[in-house]
Amino acid sequence: MDGGGGGRREVVAGELERLRAERQELDIRIRLLESELEAGSAAPASPAGEDAAAGVEDGLCGGGSGGACQTRREFVESGALPADMIYRYSRHLLLPDFGVEGQRKLSRSSVLVVGAGGLGSPVALYLAACGVGVLGIVDGDDVELNNLHRQIIHKEAYVGRSKVKSAADACRAINSSIKLVEHHHTLKPSNALEIVRKYDIVVDATDNLPTRYMISDCCVLLNKPLISGAALGLEGQLTVYHHNGSPCYRCLFPNPPPVAACQRCSDSGVLGVVPGVIGCLQALEAIKVATDVGEPLCGRMLLFDALSARIRIVKIRGSSPVCTICGEKSVFTQEEFQKFDYEKFTESPMSDKSTPSLSLLPDSARVTCTEYKRMIDKGEPHLLLDVRPAHHFQITSLPQSLNIPLSVLEEKLPLLEISLKETMDTSAASDEQPSLYVVCRRGNDSQSAVQLLREKGFPSAKDIVGGLQSWAQDVDPDFPAY
Amino acid sequence: MHLTLEFGGGLELLLEKSTKVHKVDCQPTMDGSEGGKATMKGLLSWVKSNLIKERPEMFIKGDSVRPGVLVLINDCDWELCGGLDAELEDKDVVVFISTLHGG
Repeated sequence: MDGGGGGRREVVAGELERLRAERQELDIRIRLLESELEAGSAAPASPAGEDAAAGVEDGLCGGGSGGACQTRREFVESGALPADMIYRYSRHLLLPDFGVEGQRKLSRSSVLVVGAGGLGSPVALYLAACGVGVLGIVDGDDVELNNLHRQIIHKEAYVGRSKVKSAADACRAINSSIKLVEHHHTLKPSNALEIVRKYDIVVDATDNLPTRYMISDCCVLLNKPLISGAALGLEGQLTVYHHNGSPCYRCLFPNPPPVAACQRCSDSGVLGVVPGVIGCLQALEAIKVATDVGEPLCGRMLLFDALSARIRIVKIRGSSPVCTICGEKSVFTQEEFQKFDYEKFTESPMSDKSTPSLSLLPDSARVTCTEYKRMIDKGEPHLLLDVRPAHHFQITSLPQSLNIPLSVLEEKLPLLEISLKETMDTSAASDEQPSLYVVCRRGNDSQSAVQLLREKGFPSAKDIVGGLQSWAQDVDPDFPAY
Repeated sequence: MHLTLEFGGGLELLLEKSTKVHKVDCQPTMDGSEGGKATMKGLLSWVKSNLIKERPEMFIKGDSVRPGVLVLINDCDWELCGGLDAELEDKDVVVFISTLHGG
C-alpha cells in the first residue's frame, strides 16, 4: 500500500472516531430526555442555586455553546438522576455515606470562592469537578508569571489576563454542566454583602488580613458558613467559622496582630504544594458542609507543617458570647459593615502585593536609583551595602555589593568598617571617606539600616530609594525581579 | 517539670536557629520555686527570658501573648483551659502558633 492509502486510512479512522463520539453524545441526550419524560413534570429545583444566579451580571454558564446550559440538570423530585449525571458522578454515588442524596445536595448548593490564587485554585477546580450547583469566583487580580508555581488553575496563556476569567475557563473545561459566576473585582465592604448574599457557603482563599476580617464579619451578618484556609512558607491552617457553634474569626482574634507580625507570601515565600494541600482540604470541608455529610472542622483547627510532614488537629474555643460581631449583644449592622475601614483596623492593605512604604529619612540621606547609576558611571568610589537576608542575596544582586543582612548589621559593623577602608585604599582620593550606599529589595529595610548606620558613626550612609525593585524599573530592565 | 514547647506560624523565627520544637525542663511558677503552681503565666515569662532571642514584642504583649497568637495546651485552645491561669502538668505539650494570612 502506498503512502496515499495510509493517509486515507487515517482520515477514515479519524472520521469514524468523530462519528462515534457524536453518537455517544446523542445517546446521552436521548437518555436524558427519556429520563425527563419518565420523571413527568420535573419541578425546578435548587432555590439556592437560582438565587445565586439571579441578578449576577455575567458568565452564568458557558461551555462555549448553548449546550452547556441545556445539559445542566437538576435532580427531579422523584429522586431519579439524569443519566449524564449518573455517569459523571458515579464514583460519588457509589459511596454509601454520600450517595444520591449527597450529590443532590451538592448540585443544589452554591459556593463562593474568594480569591483565585494558591488556595482558590484547587478549591475551584474540585468544586467545579464535583458538581456544585453554582460556583462563584471573586478576585480583582490578573494572572502573573510568578503565580503559576502554586496557582495551578491558571495557564501561561492567561498571564496578564483576569484571574477570574482564567479560573472560570479552567472550571468550565472540566465541567460545563455547572453554573459559573465570574465576579471580576476585589471583594470590598461596599460590594461584599451583595455578592455573598447570593451563596450558601463562602470559602476564604484570600491572602491578606483585612480581607479575612471582612469576610468573616460579612458571613456572620448574612449567617453563612465560612471555610477558611491560609498558607505561608511551609505551613498551613484550616478551620470552619460560624457554623454549628464554631467561632467567627473575631472570636478567635478580637484584636489584629501588629503589622510586623503579618508575613506575606510575596515577602516570605510559599512552597507551591502547601496552599494546594490546604485548598484541597477547603474544598472537602465545603462539600461536607454543603451535603451535611461527616463532621466539618467546626470548633477545631487543622495545622499543617509540611517540613515535618505533620498534621495537628486542635480544639479551639466556641463562638464567644461577648464577641463584638457574632456575640449575643452584638450591635454590628450591615450599614456599619459597609463603612468599616478594615485596612485601618488591621493597619495593613487589602492586597498581598502593595507594600507599605516607609519614610524614615530626610531627603538628604537618600538618592534615587538613577542618581546612583550616574554616580557609578562617573566612577566615584563608594561601597554598596545590601541589607537583604542572605537567601535573597543569593537570588540576585548588584555587582560588587557587600551583603550584611539588616538583622545582624549592628554586630557586623566592624566588617563594614574594614570594607569601607579597603574601598578608600583602592580609590585615588585617599583622605575622604568614600560614600556608603545602602540597598534592599523595596527600600524599607535600607532606610532602617541607614538610620542605624548614621547613629553608629557612618554619617555618609545613604539609602537608595525603592531598592532593587526601582533599579529594575528605572535603570536596568534586565535586572531580575522577584 | 518536663514540657514540650512548639512554636509555629513564624514564631519560631524569634528563637535560636528558628527551632520549632523545644523539650525543656523548667519550673514555670511565678517565683521559679519548686513548690508553687506551674501556670501558663509563669511559662510565658520563662519563655520570654529563656527562649525568645529577638523582638519579644512579637511574642508578648502585656502579660499575655500578642494578638494573633493561638496557645494550645495538649492540643486544646488555652481559652478552654483557663488562659493565663491554666495549670501545667509534667509532660504537657504547649504550642504557640501565629495565625497565617497568606494564600
